[in-house]
Amino acid sequence: MIDILRSEWTKIRSVRSTVWTLAVTALLMVGVAVLLAAAYKGSGDDPAPVREALMMSLAGAQLAALSMATLGVLVISGEYRTGGIRTSLLAVPRRMRLLTAKIVVFLAVSLVVCALASAGAAAAGLAILRPPSAEAGEAVRAVLGVTLYLTACGLFGLGLGTLVRHTAGALVSAIALILVLPTLATQLPGDWGRAVADHFTTNAGRLIVSGQDNGALGPWSGFAVYLAWIAAALVAGAVLMHRRDA
Amino acid sequence: MTAIRATNLCKRYGRTLAVADLSFDVEPGRVTGFLGPNGAGKSTTMRMILGLDRPSGGSALVAGRPYAELRHPLRTVGALLDAKAVHGGRSARDHLLAIAQSNGIPASRVAEVLETVGLREVARRRAGGFSLGMSQRLGIAAALLGDPEILIFDEPVNGLDPDGILWIRTLIRRLAAEGRAVFVSSHLMSEMAQTADHLIVIGRGRLIADTSVEEFIGRSSQGYVRVRSPRLAEVAELVQVGDLHPDHLRVTAMSPLEIGALTARAGIPLEELTFVRPSLEAAYMELTKDSLEFTS
Repeated sequence: MIDILRSEWTKIRSVRSTVWTLAVTALLMVGVAVLLAAAYKGSGDDPAPVREALMMSLAGAQLAALSMATLGVLVISGEYRTGGIRTSLLAVPRRMRLLTAKIVVFLAVSLVVCALASAGAAAAGLAILRPPSAEAGEAVRAVLGVTLYLTACGLFGLGLGTLVRHTAGALVSAIALILVLPTLATQLPGDWGRAVADHFTTNAGRLIVSGQDNGALGPWSGFAVYLAWIAAALVAGAVLMHRRDA
Repeated sequence: MTAIRATNLCKRYGRTLAVADLSFDVEPGRVTGFLGPNGAGKSTTMRMILGLDRPSGGSALVAGRPYAELRHPLRTVGALLDAKAVHGGRSARDHLLAIAQSNGIPASRVAEVLETVGLREVARRRAGGFSLGMSQRLGIAAALLGDPEILIFDEPVNGLDPDGILWIRTLIRRLAAEGRAVFVSSHLMSEMAQTADHLIVIGRGRLIADTSVEEFIGRSSQGYVRVRSPRLAEVAELVQVGDLHPDHLRVTAMSPLEIGALTARAGIPLEELTFVRPSLEAAYMELTKDSLEFTS
């Protein structure tokens, strides 16, 4: 398995799309933090309390979720697009091992880069906003939450990429499931609608970023619900990958 | 040991049978040509051997085991299926490095195979910019990485220039001479005539012939003797079994020696007395014509 992980690490680091999507993620995180913080500072309001200051500093996560999902999609759809998947499966005919290695390597890369990007965003935002009391624990919790959230979104992309196999199709479904449908779901009427919306993908997953409840779920239970969505995509993708001709 | 063994291999796509009950062996130390018209099921068969496609029936063993059960498959089998199936954004070197690592092959082999296929100079260039010839070489480099005993090439000379074709032919012959099993597909009989020792011919997914190249020619169409002479009509009368053409006589029932003896005794001078071997192409057309009838 170590051999396959090394191979997947070589693959992910040797294409430009990895560099680009990770750079865009970092840029979005830090850029949005600086932009929002500077705008707030310029408005002349009282200094924001630490919790709000952190939320502003990490607001880029909503967009960065898509760049990470893009990377997740490309990790697998890039191979299907080029036919490179056949080369990969000749080298590693046990398909679940190949998929597992892709997931592990993606998780490692994503956790490191997203932790750095969100720490950078928090530092930049807080440096501009200078909240009256700075609690290190609060900041660490928020950065950790964003890191997990962004990585989960990337994993969602990887699962959808495995399922759909086409880059464009997988990207559209990722954007729909991460950004569009969660917002639409909040418009559903009644208690049922409310329950669906609360449990819908990023509506649940985002709670770990804000650290708040949404009525039905808390930060960790919400994240667990999001992971269940992701697991569903990954399992469906894995089953098809196992059964289909390559 | 038999390198590749296909037993009653079948592949069904919906209602069409792409490969039907195909059984054959590929032995080490020789080039086995896998011949058939386009769409005969050659690539599908190769993909089933390599575990990429699941057979609808039957089985394929490589070095005595199903491909997926080989621990480091690339050390046993090297394959070139589609030369363009490479992530275009990756350099040739990184492409090969990732493949090598996955099978525990030392990274030093990457430089070696790049040298073998003549791509050392462009090792750091992105594979997307490679010409077909270069891609083909890169695909062969990947197949050679694990120094495998069995090699599978799907239409390796397709689209290559004469230099490239000659290079691949030479390589294939060398690999077999080193004792490896080489299984090469082609839809061109002339190509196989240059490289193969043994032939497996299929048409519409079914086995048509499994034979040595020599036997294949002998069996499917007979040779004839071409006779030219200034007194051709007299020769025709003499041998009686000939087929008279405007400028020569074709004889199938007699050997050149017999004809020569007859004409010498009669004192008829000959201009030409040649045994004409049937071309492989003719033999191949003869064999596959039934399998082509319904496809066009």
